[in-house]
Amino acid sequence: MYHDISMVFCGAAGQGIQTITDALLNVLKKYGCNIFSCTEYMSRIRGGSNTAEIRITENKRDTYVRRIDMLFALSHNVVEHLKDRISSSTLIFAEKERFGDPWGDNCIDTPLTKSALEAGSAAFSNIVAAGVVLGLFGIPLELFTAYLRVKFAAKGEEIVAKNCIAAKLGYSFGRDTATTANISLQISIPADRPERLLMDGTTALGIGAVAAGCNFISSYPMSPGTGLLTFLATRTKEFGIVVDQAEDEIAAINAGLGASYAGARAIVTTSGGGFDLMQEGVSLAGMIETPIVIHIGQRPGPATGMPTRTEQGDLNLALHAGHGDFARAIFSPGTLAEIIDTTQQAFNLAQQYQIPVFILADQYLLDTVSTIETASVKRLTVKNFLIKTTENYQRYAFTDDGLSPRGVPGYGDGLVRVDSDEHDENGLITESFEIRRLMVEKRLKRMHSLRETARAPTLIGTVDQAEMLVISWGSNRGVLEEALDIIGNRAFAGIHFSQVFPLSPVIKSLFENKKLLVLENNATGQFADLLALETGRSISRKILKATGEPFTVEEVVDALNQSYHG
Amino acid sequence: MDKTVTPFDMPAGMDIAWCPGCGNHMLLKAVKSALHELGIDRKNLVMVSGIGQAAKAAQYIKANMFNGLHGRALPVALGIKLANKNLDVIVESGDGDMYGEGGNHFLHAIRRNINITVIVHDNMVYALTKGQASPTSPCGIKTPVQVNGVKLEPFNPLAVALALNAPFVARAYAGDVERTKEIIKQAIAFKGFSLVDVFQPCVVFNKVNTYQWFREHTVSLPENHDVTDRTGAFGLAIQPGKLLLGVFYRDEKRELYEEQMGIGTIPLYERNQLDDEAFHKLVNNYL
Repeated sequence: MYHDISMVFCGAAGQGIQTITDALLNVLKKYGCNIFSCTEYMSRIRGGSNTAEIRITENKRDTYVRRIDMLFALSHNVVEHLKDRISSSTLIFAEKERFGDPWGDNCIDTPLTKSALEAGSAAFSNIVAAGVVLGLFGIPLELFTAYLRVKFAAKGEEIVAKNCIAAKLGYSFGRDTATTANISLQISIPADRPERLLMDGTTALGIGAVAAGCNFISSYPMSPGTGLLTFLATRTKEFGIVVDQAEDEIAAINAGLGASYAGARAIVTTSGGGFDLMQEGVSLAGMIETPIVIHIGQRPGPATGMPTRTEQGDLNLALHAGHGDFARAIFSPGTLAEIIDTTQQAFNLAQQYQIPVFILADQYLLDTVSTIETASVKRLTVKNFLIKTTENYQRYAFTDDGLSPRGVPGYGDGLVRVDSDEHDENGLITESFEIRRLMVEKRLKRMHSLRETARAPTLIGTVDQAEMLVISWGSNRGVLEEALDIIGNRAFAGIHFSQVFPLSPVIKSLFENKKLLVLENNATGQFADLLALETGRSISRKILKATGEPFTVEEVVDALNQSYHG
Repeated sequence: MDKTVTPFDMPAGMDIAWCPGCGNHMLLKAVKSALHELGIDRKNLVMVSGIGQAAKAAQYIKANMFNGLHGRALPVALGIKLANKNLDVIVESGDGDMYGEGGNHFLHAIRRNINITVIVHDNMVYALTKGQASPTSPCGIKTPVQVNGVKLEPFNPLAVALALNAPFVARAYAGDVERTKEIIKQAIAFKGFSLVDVFQPCVVFNKVNTYQWFREHTVSLPENHDVTDRTGAFGLAIQPGKLLLGVFYRDEKRELYEEQMGIGTIPLYERNQLDDEAFHKLVNNYL
């Protein structure tokens, strides 16, 4: 009997793990379950061992657990790949005929290929597997066949029918096994559950960009940043988005800035390595005061690192990218709703303050699939800060707040002149030390307002009563929430930052008289160092992980318990 | 000297950072006259440049300006053109900027075929950094870095452009302002990526390729040259002997990148409000 189940599907690249999880997630969501899914995969096109975890939980959870309750093994090297996560209570579903029996008593011989062949082809084995799961939990088969009818409609009646046969064969096996092995899922499904959407982090980012009025992207493919480029490329017509695949990242950001100069709402997407190349463009954006949104999907570095794995190692990079002093803002969403929200905010801030704005995500967050209530897809007003120029327009006119009204070429009677050299109010090169002093001041003045209006962090638990504050940013919000919930110790509370720079001024009072612990997915504690620098407070403990994997709930629970007792 | 007034002249008395006698002065005059004679509206014109002495040309033309980073003028021009294809976009930079630092962008801008004009001040030397070899420096010339003389095969911009099927390829000599202007006019009027490589002497750092040297080593393309013959043009571009001047190649038929992408005439700054219905439809895909 399960109240909270963690299922893992493991197979080689190209075996169709995603077909199984897509089907299951859609059907489970329709049924009303709380679901969460994440994947880990190798940097190769075929072979190897990839896994996907699906959790079904009583309460909404947004994180990955180490524990495996049910493992579906589709290839023989699963044992080696997952040996640290398989325990005596893990039930393994595998086809003994294909893999022998390396698992002993915990293995349930599951006729995936056999049933698939019965339905017409070995290619249906993934559908059989999904059917087994739904059968085990007694989730109505009709939901699954309805999904298959839509999914395969374009392939014709025959294919739909065969898929439905495969589904039914798997389902019957699942039902029978549930009885013989005494398996059941005990979760309550509230009848009045609000309407929800199912999507991954990349989709949320794309929806956020579209909602923000994004109409230009130029990028060079690099995992895990490519997803946004792909998302927007398939929607150019509906939303009038210009999509250009650049020859390199340097071109990408320079094209983005050219477009932005001409009035586009532009974004570039990349990962740390590609962003290294973009840094001159960040500096240029700072100098010419031209908006640009930069998405960095982090993965482990240095250099090529682990292309398909996760890390939060690029905070310092985003924070310090580009030579010279200028203003910037950095968002670090941790949930689907936060991704959608901060992406829109990033565009508005970039336009309002005429600066580069970063969205720091990571492989784990981008590939995570979860649900979001439709009502939580918040739309911010797309703010337009452009003016129609008049004849004597000066692009860099001095103002009290350092922000000169921004015009674009071809709109109005003025000329819009921007220069990467130090320039005067007209955008002409200057070597006047006095103008230089004023321009440096102008470019930095806006930091004040950016700081005052920064997103306040999210409080988890009863912060005022806690002795210790556990701090997270970006993708670690889910794991922190669940770990604190499990511990249930009111000595702890959590604070999650979806904006890491500039930091909201509210933290000063929040941090008062508390011990500070920082949880982050990198080797040195980059955010901990930033907090220490910005607040003058020392960090009691850094809980770090830089193996290329996300934190598991179990790890964070252990680390917090140790902090409490040690 | 001819004192023709154009709408592109900056206010009198502006400090020009070029050396007296530099070929840049003549090229600037040719560009402004070409713009004037074509009746270009300066409010609709964006001059894009990189960094270097040549790239300062944009400073001295009264129009919209994006004076960006070294080597990056072409990606910027692409972004501008894709965001608002109604704008006239002209890139002006030096040989180091365009063929060295920006070499990769040069290749791919040609492959795309955006409707922009690229004018390259080709003085075969890095002048602002005081005399090092540029991609187009001839073999043998000694510089503060290439102390034993340049050993690298010079970059042949016309041959490279033709190899990538650039639809308009020309070369001029700044010392002949009138002919340079005429070639630039053709390039600007041409619909597609147009390259004009312009020889111009650097009177301080290039003591080999002087005004006299260019007069002696250049000659107009043969009268009977067929500008639609790409192979012929390529042959002429790599031909040893005197360097040829004029329009090597033009192909009116190559499709523009902005057309392939279906970019309409409404600039992106007018198109940043979201269609609510389309957005709801997008979101509902994930129900």
